[in-house]
Amino acid sequence: MSSSATGIPGQGHHPPAGRTGSGGTGEQPGGPLAAGGLQFSSRPRRGLADALFKAVTGAFASLILVLVLLLVLELVRSSWPSLKAFGWRFLVTQTWDPVRQQFGALPFIFGTVVSSLLALILSVPVSLGIAIYLAEMAPHWLRGPVSFLVELLAAIPSVIYGLWGIFVLVPLVRQLEVFLGTYLGFIPLFSGPPYGIGMLAAGIILAIMITPTIAAVSRDVILAVPNSQREASLALGATRWETIRNVVLEYAQSGIIGAIILGLGRALGETMAVTMVIGNRPEISASLFSFATSLTSVIANEFNESGGALHISALVELGLVLFLVTIVLNSLARFLVWQVQQRNGGAARV
Amino acid sequence: MNRHVRLLMAGVLAVALAAGLAPAAGAAVTLNGAGSSFAAPMYYKWADEYHKIHPDVSINYQSVGSGAGIRQITSGTVDFGGTDAFLTEEQIKAAPAELLHIPTLLGAVAISYNIPGVKTHLRLTPKVLADIYLGKITYWDAKEITSLNPGVKLPHLPIFVAHRSDASGTTNIFTNYLSKVSPEWDKKVGSGTSVNWPVGVGGKGNEGVSGVIKQNPGGIGYIELAYAVTNKLPYAALQNKAGRYVLPTIASTSAAAAGVAIPADYRVMVSDSPNPQAYPIVGFTWMLIYKNQTNKERGDALLKFIWWGLHDGEKMASSLLYAPLPPSLVASLEKTLKTVTYQGSPIL
Repeated sequence: MSSSATGIPGQGHHPPAGRTGSGGTGEQPGGPLAAGGLQFSSRPRRGLADALFKAVTGAFASLILVLVLLLVLELVRSSWPSLKAFGWRFLVTQTWDPVRQQFGALPFIFGTVVSSLLALILSVPVSLGIAIYLAEMAPHWLRGPVSFLVELLAAIPSVIYGLWGIFVLVPLVRQLEVFLGTYLGFIPLFSGPPYGIGMLAAGIILAIMITPTIAAVSRDVILAVPNSQREASLALGATRWETIRNVVLEYAQSGIIGAIILGLGRALGETMAVTMVIGNRPEISASLFSFATSLTSVIANEFNESGGALHISALVELGLVLFLVTIVLNSLARFLVWQVQQRNGGAARV
Repeated sequence: MNRHVRLLMAGVLAVALAAGLAPAAGAAVTLNGAGSSFAAPMYYKWADEYHKIHPDVSINYQSVGSGAGIRQITSGTVDFGGTDAFLTEEQIKAAPAELLHIPTLLGAVAISYNIPGVKTHLRLTPKVLADIYLGKITYWDAKEITSLNPGVKLPHLPIFVAHRSDASGTTNIFTNYLSKVSPEWDKKVGSGTSVNWPVGVGGKGNEGVSGVIKQNPGGIGYIELAYAVTNKLPYAALQNKAGRYVLPTIASTSAAAAGVAIPADYRVMVSDSPNPQAYPIVGFTWMLIYKNQTNKERGDALLKFIWWGLHDGEKMASSLLYAPLPPSLVASLEKTLKTVTYQGSPIL
């Protein structure tokens, strides 16, 4: 993960976070690396092998570009009939009627974006708590097993989360909704009948699914913070909390944002678990209790048995829209990282 | 040089002979099918049983959904397609040659519900069912429902409507029925494998819909009969066209296709059948095959398999809770199968 960041002001050539992280010692990078760099540049050049190596790795890297380009081309080609029929109105209309061949993507975009953001709001504090505890506070004998369990959670198939969601989580969410409705019902966000199924359930299940990802990557990033930083802070008289907040988190900031972007990516693309609990109703409502739907669930729901050519084309266009939504949200996140780094005056990259 | 050429020719001849003779000697034929997931358990069983009596023929069926089945038979990647919705005019035009619809089984759609305290089969009329799904009847103790069910104590509970979120043949049968019995439904919603639902929540698959019903007191939803029976879910008796209240059973499902006019191309929804014994929400599942087969051996094996399915295979239907075709329809299908040709001459 190149995005798991090396946000160290004034240290341009820091080794990737993961490598020092796995060692867990956070040794001084300055000396040996600088020497290595010198040694490399003074070595006699072996023209052919180098050129070949560069060409091969370059070709592999450009495969990604080609793949994405083909993806976009195919998405545009297959969604052409729908693009032609609805134009930009596709993005702003709310009707989804396969019988009358009227298709609009707005409720699906709304559902995907809102459920993913809701998941982030619920998951990020918990994930950071897990990561900080595992990296900074946990006794040694506990670190290994808990880290292993966190990674295990990330490997559970989403359909299992979905079935668990509908049979276990939804009744609990319904009770939560009754509670929220009674005491906070005057806020539009918590109004309406408590079904259990709906946007809130989707947000919660997504939060549970992305927490292991964010926690595991954040833990690695925090472990990669050099011990010298901690020692310096403690030596200046800072408490443990102050050290974590002002030094460790500050240092690991861009890496943690990278972890959150990874989690967001999983939330945006998640299909089965969301389909099971979101209610699959293409409507936009201010209430978290109401039924909703998402870009991926409608594609999974309708593609296999879809009727007309225009219907399929509209479903493919939803895929194109998902692609764009992902790009926009990722760019926003990267902009955020960039802003943070500008503020810190660092030369770090994500 | 000369010798080499001769050797080569001999080799080519040997290969050609082997290739040409092999099928005649009864080599294995593998038939490929794809489509309807509703019919898949039955087709798997048929494939298995048929292979036991004809070890030289294997049938490989992929349960990928009716829409995908139609696409695959249209592009010619399979020998037969399975679908729960007959082809539209647009789809017929898209096929490279004439396709035949062969009905193989009948399926019923049960109306299941979760009303605390109600253990008997609820009675519903087409109008009430349509009004529930249109969002016009919203409580279980509405007088439209209580008047049909004297003696049943219905609670004052909101009706929680559930439907399939995934496009499916079950939805097609159900919405086709509602369009037939309710002009308002036809005008506002229409019928298809997925529609724009006026009210309700979507569950994925039969298990999703029944999950929603079980989880929500006051829930109502439509599911395949086989699923309702094996999971012991309660279901309603529906008033049919003749005015009788009929429970979905294998017999009442088969009855829907008996005593009614079936068009020559079998493209018909048999829902709302006039037969007094019939349960009303019923539909066919079809196999799609090309009328003109392009490979003699494969075409021969395919037709023999379908022939066997319509005769011996139908007898296994009820063990998997499918309804077999009525005998009158099988007789008519025999004639249709005999019209399938290879290079202009009938195969059977």
